[in-house]
Amino acid sequence: MKDFLKLKNNLKKDFSGLKKIKVALLGDTATQFLNQTLRATGYDAGFDLQIVEADFDQIERQVFDENSELYAFKPEVVIVFQASHKLMSKYNKLLPEAHTHLADERLALVESLCSVISDRVAAKIIYYNYSEINDSVFGNYANKLESSFLFQLRKLNYELMKYAVAHPNFYICDLVSVQNSCGKSALFHTSIYVNTEMVLSMDVLPLVAARTVDLIGAMYGKSKKCLILDLDNTLWGGIIGDDGMENIQLGTLGIGKAFTEFQGWIKKLKNRGIILAVCSKNTESIAREPFEKHPDMVIRMEDIAVFVANWENKADNIRRIQSILNIGFDSMVFLDDNPFERNIVRENIPGITVPELPEDPADYLEYLYNLNLFETISFSNEDAERTKLYQVEAERTSLSKSFTNEEDFLKNLEMVSVVESFNRFNIPRVAQLSQRSNQFNLRTARYTETDIELLSSSMDHFTFSFTLKDKFGDNGMICVVILEKEKVDTLFISAWFMSCRVLKRGMENFVLNTISDFAKEKNFKFIKGEYRPTAKNEMVKDHYKSLGFEKSGQDWILNTADHTRRTTYIKAHKN
Amino acid sequence: MERTEVLKNINTIFIEVLDEENIKLTENTSAADVDGWDSLTHIQLVVSVEKFFKIRFTSKEIQSWKNVGEMMDCIKSK
Repeated sequence: MKDFLKLKNNLKKDFSGLKKIKVALLGDTATQFLNQTLRATGYDAGFDLQIVEADFDQIERQVFDENSELYAFKPEVVIVFQASHKLMSKYNKLLPEAHTHLADERLALVESLCSVISDRVAAKIIYYNYSEINDSVFGNYANKLESSFLFQLRKLNYELMKYAVAHPNFYICDLVSVQNSCGKSALFHTSIYVNTEMVLSMDVLPLVAARTVDLIGAMYGKSKKCLILDLDNTLWGGIIGDDGMENIQLGTLGIGKAFTEFQGWIKKLKNRGIILAVCSKNTESIAREPFEKHPDMVIRMEDIAVFVANWENKADNIRRIQSILNIGFDSMVFLDDNPFERNIVRENIPGITVPELPEDPADYLEYLYNLNLFETISFSNEDAERTKLYQVEAERTSLSKSFTNEEDFLKNLEMVSVVESFNRFNIPRVAQLSQRSNQFNLRTARYTETDIELLSSSMDHFTFSFTLKDKFGDNGMICVVILEKEKVDTLFISAWFMSCRVLKRGMENFVLNTISDFAKEKNFKFIKGEYRPTAKNEMVKDHYKSLGFEKSGQDWILNTADHTRRTTYIKAHKN
Repeated sequence: MERTEVLKNINTIFIEVLDEENIKLTENTSAADVDGWDSLTHIQLVVSVEKFFKIRFTSKEIQSWKNVGEMMDCIKSK
């Protein structure tokens, strides 16, 4: 990880062309260096973080005064940093009988800060939890005494998590985990604190900024979706082709514990929606055997979406995996114990993340924990089902090869789509799809659950969600359209995004038929579309043109009277 | 380490932290003589010097030096 001085060099670089995000930084301690580190770290992640830092210890004034700089700035992200040392000064000043209320009082303050911010500006809030200070006044007894500072601090951290569960726009950046991994003496530089009111050491700033930018990245659609695994000496110890299935190290054999626990972690990732793929230099039947028969394997064939084992070049194999999964290389992580293979992949596949796995497999987990590769800002039930979806996609791909004619293939799929407006059951998935869709996304507006709730109750917006099911299985909700009444005769498509899982099924035609029927029914003459280019959505550059919209300035217009229904093999299922 | 060598090393640290190649420190140089040496960059200088010489200044020392020479005395005393 770059240190503070190296990161600072980024500040002189050219930020033009990077995604601009307005960030307000509010702290009750000195945050100038945190500000610089965040901006510099953002540069490496592809963001132009335009940070406005409030004057020292002005959190309440900035938030509660509706004419403050905070609201004039209209931030998209508000970072609030209230430090443990400040909390302790407050505790020290309280009468002992008030000590038991410290956590509740602070939580009440956080709640009122956040609700006022949310009322006045549509920003996501990032809040650092409280790094631990054990003042040792009661020794270990602090854990048995509600009024101790340690008890109150830990209670507060727990209550903050509960608050975050209930408030979709409130995200915790886990300073405690940073402290756990680097230690308190690295987090906190006593002499600097005494001289400056800075509670984070220069050494820890890059790590704190990285964790913060991870969160911002996830908010703006940067996330890892797929983990590609080598097998020999990565997933198990030894070489299956040479050692044989009985002798690979797993479970109690040799250093098998390291691999079994590593697989346990990978299985958890799979359960949370990360797609697993295998890319191994092996004979396929031999490579599959442990997944099918070895009693100590944690990962099984049903956990793997795409299994590639052959003697070809790994970069080519990863391209093949990519073409089946249809996700960006920048959302893939490749794990391989062999530095040579890692280099080939890194050099030939731009954007893919290839961690420098440590030499000793015992170190794999701790190393990967610290990289925090799998940041996310949402989790839905559909995530848990994702592997199955992609396995089914692989089957579909092989069916499509048996048809020479695409029409016949599409007819044969027996596709059905459920069209619904947003409701409380589908809102989390709508929000998530808006954050995850980068390629098939016409305007790349990101919505949180709160945004979606507001839209669904707006009189001027009409919302559509589409699912897609076929004879192989259910893809779940894969497309969203939001229409906005722009004029009395015009509907504007303010959002149209779709999962790339369902490309080339004629979903676009089905969606257009649906919205043009809707427009006609509500007496709108025109449907207006806009394409906003990003680094990723080139795919839909000609989307409106190919659907028969006419170009008009920067916009695309469809006259609903002239529009004839487009051919589609998808049947609508009305709920 | 000889005094001249300490000064040379500190000079390198100043150049790096303040990002100004033309800095030429003497023992008499004070904050007023160097562009960009303010209270904020002072902290970065302190941390970089601590790291380079593998020492830790006390909080009182950090704000006590009138010039580079006094900082060097402090380093030498560790």
